[in-house]
Amino acid sequence: MELNQYISSGILELYVYGALPEEESIKVTQELKQHPEIVKEVEEIEGALTQLSTAAAPYNPEALLYTLQQKITEKQKSGVVEHPAKRKRTNLVLYIGWAASIALLIGLVSVISDRNELRDSLETAQAKNATLEQQITDARQSAEKNKQLLEVFRDKEIITVPLGGQDVAPEAYAEVHWDEKTNQVYVDAKDLPTPPEGKEYQVWSLTLDPLTPTSIGLLSNFSEDENKIFILENPNSSQGFGITLEPKGGSETPTMEQLYTLGTVQSS
Amino acid sequence: MQEQPDGLIAELQAKNPKAFERIYERYSESTFGVIYSVIGDKHVAEEVLQDVFLKIWDNAESYNSSKGRFFTWVLNIARNAAIDKTRSKAYKNKKKNLTAEYFVDIIEEKTNLSSKVDAIGIKKYIEVLKPYCKKIIDLLYFKGFTQSEASEELDMPLGTIKTRNRNCINKLREILTA
Repeated sequence: MELNQYISSGILELYVYGALPEEESIKVTQELKQHPEIVKEVEEIEGALTQLSTAAAPYNPEALLYTLQQKITEKQKSGVVEHPAKRKRTNLVLYIGWAASIALLIGLVSVISDRNELRDSLETAQAKNATLEQQITDARQSAEKNKQLLEVFRDKEIITVPLGGQDVAPEAYAEVHWDEKTNQVYVDAKDLPTPPEGKEYQVWSLTLDPLTPTSIGLLSNFSEDENKIFILENPNSSQGFGITLEPKGGSETPTMEQLYTLGTVQSS
Repeated sequence: MQEQPDGLIAELQAKNPKAFERIYERYSESTFGVIYSVIGDKHVAEEVLQDVFLKIWDNAESYNSSKGRFFTWVLNIARNAAIDKTRSKAYKNKKKNLTAEYFVDIIEEKTNLSSKVDAIGIKKYIEVLKPYCKKIIDLLYFKGFTQSEASEELDMPLGTIKTRNRNCINKLREILTA
């Protein structure tokens, strides 16, 4: 398309408003990357709109900055320095997320307290996992103990990584609870859409710089699984986790176009 | 002209409080204007503004530059928070005392505009603004309607919304750069 025609079509104004459907916005962003003229146009639109809404502000809210900075400092402190991933957890809004994490603790406490069980046969472990899954499910339904249990949970070396929805499924969400000591990963996949026939979700451990994905397993029998909590082995030093949709049986390497959710382990 | 401060945004995503301060300085007043235009109450708008910037801090890493401008990302958070607030019970009870709720009225009534703004230009713009421009800009910019929602609300074809809005914003740009 002719550049001037594109600019004068009015699409860029809608882009800056956020009034375009997501896939169109992504296309506009791609155009922006190729044409500095479009970037300039977008910047001017943005500048004009900034002036307009600034004029609608009752006053400059600069006095609020101090209060906000204090709140942020508090948040950072409560984030516990030696384990930055926890900071993320304090922000979780979803009660269900909390509840699942908490129940996980119940399970882990019992696992840790009985070391013999750890050495038990695979069969026992599976039964244990089933119990744990049951506990997580139960905890999703019980609100009362949350806060109290949460405090205990905080002391445990479990990293919770929220995985946000990506381009193919912006509404998707999953959480990984990773116990580094036992190399267990609990994937809470309740908010992933049911995969289509012949497809399965595959979970990847990621290391960054360079980005290297390592498969840690499949979320098999997804639709039959009632609580959608999957337990996988993760011996990797993961810096992030991703979930892609793959043909049944999984793939060697992730299909990036089918990346459903992604999240990084917080570090600072 | 407003270049996107990509380095600053990256620092914000890395949870650098200094970057937060700069981002606040840069985006807070215009964001406050959007929130106030939806809410119409200064104190409630301040509360919402705080919530919005805490969200910006907490969720900065979820901003993805391939989906759009940082400006738009902030705008979306602000509009959603403001609209949520108008649906709350506390707000509904308070609503009787509200004075203004519409960017045109707010700007017309204001006597001293922020030093960040070309006050003469903006006032002049509001004076010459066509009624349909007022509606289109209010819905699309301040209220966060999508193109198709605005088309339905104003009973205008999609393409018309797009071109008319462009003309409305061009006028603003002309006056501001004059």
